[in-house]
Parts: sequence; C-alpha cells; structure tokens
Amino acid sequence: MKYVDEFRDGTLAGNIAANIAREADTRRSYRLMEFCGGHTHAISRYGLADLLPPSVRMIHGPGCPVCVLPIGRVDQAIRLALEHDVILCTYADTLRVPASHNLSLMRAKSSGADIRMVYSTQDALKIARAYPDREVVFFAIGFETTTPPTAVAVKQAAVEGLRNFSILCNHVLTPPAMHAILDVKTTGAAQGGVGLNGFIGPAHVSILIGSKPYEVFAGDYRKPVVIAGFEPLDVMHAILMLIRQVNEGRAEVENEFTRAVTREGNPKAQAIVAEVFELREMFEWRGLGSLSGSALKLRPSFAAFDAELKFKIDYVAVPDNKACECAAILRGEKRPQECRIFGKVCTPENPIGSCMVSSEGACAAHYSYGRFREAS
Amino acid sequence: MGNIKPNYIRPLDLSRGRVEMSHGSGGRAMAQLIAELFAAAFDNVYLAQGNDGALLPKAEGNLVMSCDSHVVSPLFFAGGDIGCLSVHGTINDVAMMGARPLYLSASFILEEGFPLADLKRIVDSMANAAREAGVSIVTGDTKVVERGKGDGVFITTTGVGVVSDNIILSGNLARPGDKILLSGTIGDHGMAVLAQRENLSFDAPIVSDTAALHGLVAAMLHSGAQLRVLRDPTRGGLATTLNEIAQQSGVGMMLQEAAIPVNKTVEAACEFLGLDPLYVANEGKLVAICAPQDAESLLGVMRAHPLARDAAIIGEVLEDAHGFVQMVTRLGGRRIVDWLAGEPLPRIC
Repeated sequence: MKYVDEFRDGTLAGNIAANIAREADTRRSYRLMEFCGGHTHAISRYGLADLLPPSVRMIHGPGCPVCVLPIGRVDQAIRLALEHDVILCTYADTLRVPASHNLSLMRAKSSGADIRMVYSTQDALKIARAYPDREVVFFAIGFETTTPPTAVAVKQAAVEGLRNFSILCNHVLTPPAMHAILDVKTTGAAQGGVGLNGFIGPAHVSILIGSKPYEVFAGDYRKPVVIAGFEPLDVMHAILMLIRQVNEGRAEVENEFTRAVTREGNPKAQAIVAEVFELREMFEWRGLGSLSGSALKLRPSFAAFDAELKFKIDYVAVPDNKACECAAILRGEKRPQECRIFGKVCTPENPIGSCMVSSEGACAAHYSYGRFREAS
Repeated sequence: MGNIKPNYIRPLDLSRGRVEMSHGSGGRAMAQLIAELFAAAFDNVYLAQGNDGALLPKAEGNLVMSCDSHVVSPLFFAGGDIGCLSVHGTINDVAMMGARPLYLSASFILEEGFPLADLKRIVDSMANAAREAGVSIVTGDTKVVERGKGDGVFITTTGVGVVSDNIILSGNLARPGDKILLSGTIGDHGMAVLAQRENLSFDAPIVSDTAALHGLVAAMLHSGAQLRVLRDPTRGGLATTLNEIAQQSGVGMMLQEAAIPVNKTVEAACEFLGLDPLYVANEGKLVAICAPQDAESLLGVMRAHPLARDAAIIGEVLEDAHGFVQMVTRLGGRRIVDWLAGEPLPRIC
C-alpha cells in the first residue's frame, strides 16, 4: 500500500519547520484554526506543536462529527434502541458519547439494547436484509464525507424495498459551521472568528465539496484558507502557506491537497446527496447553537426511511453539563486545559463533554497526546 | 444376549458430531470425550494418572504460577487458533517472570452444538504447542453451556514454572536511565484477528505472531545482562504494557517512534481502520527493560534468536513524577503514549 508513510518524513518536516520559523514574524501572532478533527488528531499524534515557533498557535475547530452532536441527538438513538427495540447500527466513535441519564450507546448496549458497531452503511444494509422481522436503524452522523455512503444506502434500500431499514439522519455541513465561527453574534467576540488569521480547510470533506465553497471566507471575511491533507507533512505545509498569505496580506483559497481535491469536488457524489437529502431548516450543534441550513434531512420522497418520522421520536434539546467548556472549545475561544474539569472529572475513560470522546476531539487529543506540556 | 459387549460405547463422531449437554454432565459421554479427545491428544504420565488432580514431582527453585482465559473470535485465524494461543499465552506469562514453564492446566467451556471436528482441531493445536514448548498439560476440566450461552469455546489455562532464587524480574524495578527493548514488530496478532473477523484481505496476509517465548527468555537470562522487567505486550498493546510498568516503577519513559518496528501490511491495515499499532495486541513479543550498559549486548542476543530477529532498543526510562510515557514522533515532535481509553475503536473519517 502506498502513501502510508510518504507524507510522514521527519527530514522534510524539519525543512518545512525551518521555513516556518524563518518566515513567521516574531512580532505578530498567527492564530490558525484547523477546522477538522482529522487535522487536530494529526497535530497531536505527531507532536507538531513542537515544530512551530511560539508566534504560531493552532486553534482546534469543530470539525469532529461526534463532538458537535448535541446530547439530545444521542438520546434519540438510545430511545430507538431501548424503547423501540430496533437494531441500532452505528459507527464506533459514537458509542461512548455521553447522553442523558448517565447513558451512552455503549451503556445502553450493556443494559440490553441491540446496538451494533458497523464500518459502513453497507454493513447496516446487510443486517437489515438478515433480520427482515426487525427494524434496523442506521445512526447516520458526520460531515460531507460520510453523507454520500448514507445516500447510497437509502437509495439501495428503496430499490430493494427494504422496509425495515431507516436512518436517524444527523449529517451536517462544513461551510455553515465556518460561517458560525466567523460570525460575531455566535462567538460574542469583539472581532469575528475569535481573532482567527486563517483556516486549514478540511481534507476529506473537500474531496467531496471541492474548494469553491470556501471562496466566500477568503472573499467576504478576508480569511485565508488552505485546504490540506490529513498527513503531518500536509499540515506543516499548509501552516507555511497560511503564514505566507498572512505576511503578504493575501486572503485566498489555496489547495495544498491537490492529489485529491479539485475546485468542483466530486459531482457524482454531490448528485446522489442532492437526490436523497435536502437542507434542514434548523439543526442544533453542540457549541455553535442552532444554525439554519447547516444540516441535512431526507427528502419527502425518501420519508419512509426517516427513523425520526417512522418512530415519531422528537428531538429534545438537552443543556450541556454546566462546568463543561466544550461549547467554547468548539468555537475556538478556549483551550481544553482552560476547562475546570479537564483531566479531573472529565477524562477519556469518563468523558463529560463530547470533545473528550473521539480522539479527534480537542480535549481527548490534548489529554491523550499533549498534557505533558502543562506538567513540565 | 451373547453378542452384547458389556462396556461398548460407540466412538465419538469426530467428523460430523457436535458437543451435547451430556458431554459436560459427568457421565459416560463426558468420560468418553475426555478419553478419546483430550487425553489422547495431551497424553502424558501425569494426565494418565486419571485422578482429580495431578501429582507432580518436586522441582528446584521458586514456583511461578499464572492463568489466562481465552475468548478470541474468530477461533481460527491466520497464524494460529484459540488452542495454541491458550498454550502460548500462559507459557509467556510464566516466562516473563524469568521462569521455566513446566505444567499447564486446561479448562474448557464448550457451547452446545459446537462441531467436534473444530474442537479436535483446537485440542490438537494445543497439544502440538505444548509439545513444542516442552510443557505438559497435566489436568483439565470440561463444562458445556446451552447453545447461545457461549461463543463456541472458551479456554482457560493455568501454568506453573520454576525460577531460581537469583532471578528477580518485576514491573517495579525499572530505573531512570534503563533501556527499553522490544523483541520485534507490533500489532501482528491483533490485526490478523481483526482482518479475519472483518473479512479484510491484503496483498501480503497478516499472520498472528503467537509463539512461546520461554526459549528467548532463557537466552536473554543466560546472557548475564542485568534485566529488570520482562513483559509481553498482549491486550492493550505496547502502549498499555509500558504504561503499566511506568506506573509500577514510578518512572517516565521516552520512546523513539522511528525505532519501533511495525510490519508494513499491519501499518497499512491499522491506517485503513483508524487504529494505532501501539495499542494492538501481540502474542509473541516481549518488552525488556535492562541496565543501560547491557542494552547493546542484550540486543545482540535477542536478534540471534529466531523469535526476535527484528528486536530493537526503542527508548529509555526517565525520572518523571507524572509517570508519563512519551514518544519522539517520526516528525520530531513529542507526544504522550497514553493508556488505552475504553475499547480500541476505529475512527470514522
């Protein structure tokens, strides 16, 4: 298999780090947000903060699918499994997200709910075919990356007449979340976007949607965006490109991830998504609040596959734990170590907030990979 | 009446037969299963005593005892099966104390309906593994649970070994400055099992590293190196094992990512599933912590052994009140290598 370690070369990383150190102006600060959890994970796993000068600060964004999922959405999934006796199929990340009543999908499973971890929507379809007498619900979460496979599964189920299959749709969109971060009203910060100087744009999401949707951030908000792959060299290179844009006073969408991302994205995937899904009027995000046009729901023609309608489970908003700073952390206003319960009450074994669940979450990444920095 | 054979019992149908509740109920069917399957395969003088317990001869040295339960799914995987795994696993736990493993017990929980042909394959694999390792399976037990209440077969083995007075290995003996050695590539067993379970195939198949390590341990002890700790990084992988040692010894560690050997295919498979090889199980690898001046010579001894050809010095022990296991990444940054949190679950994107 190629491309496992080509983009993890220590010598090349050292060269880029030297360029960053030389070009970053020590009199100013560069506050750069990596939107995606995949980037957060790469930065933490490879210890990239050690390769950056003090003037460059990476701010972890909200692009972690389980982190932005509000408690009420996980509650819905748990209700489906416990009260409606469905087979609930879910990606692994979601299993440990804390929900109401001290439950999580994992805990619901140990108290008897039929919850199964799947690697793909195809696994969920297989289960639906194998158990024609049971209702099978796929807990569909994620950004634009995981949406096309869900759309394909729904179409397949429609063609096959798999009436016992449905989805609990929680697919969300990247650009509205970026708007929210840059919006003064959302963040409450005097300067929109918590004083960000630029974004590292998503890798896999951009393969689907292309680089075009980010042009508004460079144009209207004057924020440089560099789309980058998830490998550590990609991230280092993108940081250097952002510093150059800032230094030169440019605000453009640049594409570091040219081996996979085009301006237009993947039109085939976009078409399938558009055929199956439409925009939700409102969707509540953890940390960002209710955002209009920020998530997807099934089109009326596929309503038979909508678990929310089929089982009549309404969404009930649930406030976060009072001490939890996930919301501010997801907006980039606070760092994990600035939360009072970080590493004390809230740890990866016993997460209070969703940012502590997935290794892409800002808190879990900092706890698992970087907490030695405060200790020393 | 003349043609009735007074003690006749039809032989077990080892090709098409299945485990029945009667095989665990203490009657003739159980005696038959033990005689025709277990005793026939494990055959040794202690088992042949045919008593409730095995009477074993006196042994020189201190006794070491360890036990391990095996619940692997699938039961058969590339490079091994639950049978040899249950022998190797317990032998290794005994060997990590520096001991020479001598005897094993084997306890089976069988699920009603389990094919006898599969059971025979597993038992034969155990017998071979024990024979190769020079260890006798001297006592055992069989229980049968109703269909649906087990996962085919669960095996618990207990091992007894002896170790001389002057060998003291313990997880609390790592000292700042000591070197950390690893006997070979990590993640092979866990990924072999996962690949089989998820029906993933790769160009080069991933094969479990399951093996008995007491021969390697004997060679390492014989080298005269000042060994402090030996441990096999099984469940939870290398990361978890090193954290256990760091906690027990009250020290920190600094690893070098570039020095840790990982099979290319295992690395690719981990990448594919969003797993970190540091947390994936091994069944034929060991971690050794030794005095710094002996590290190079010990490495030479290990590499001369067929089970540790890829051995490497992967880091060193530090003074650290927090007990952090840290790593210099291939990119030159630093990170913590933490305990495994929860189950090792794949990430979605």
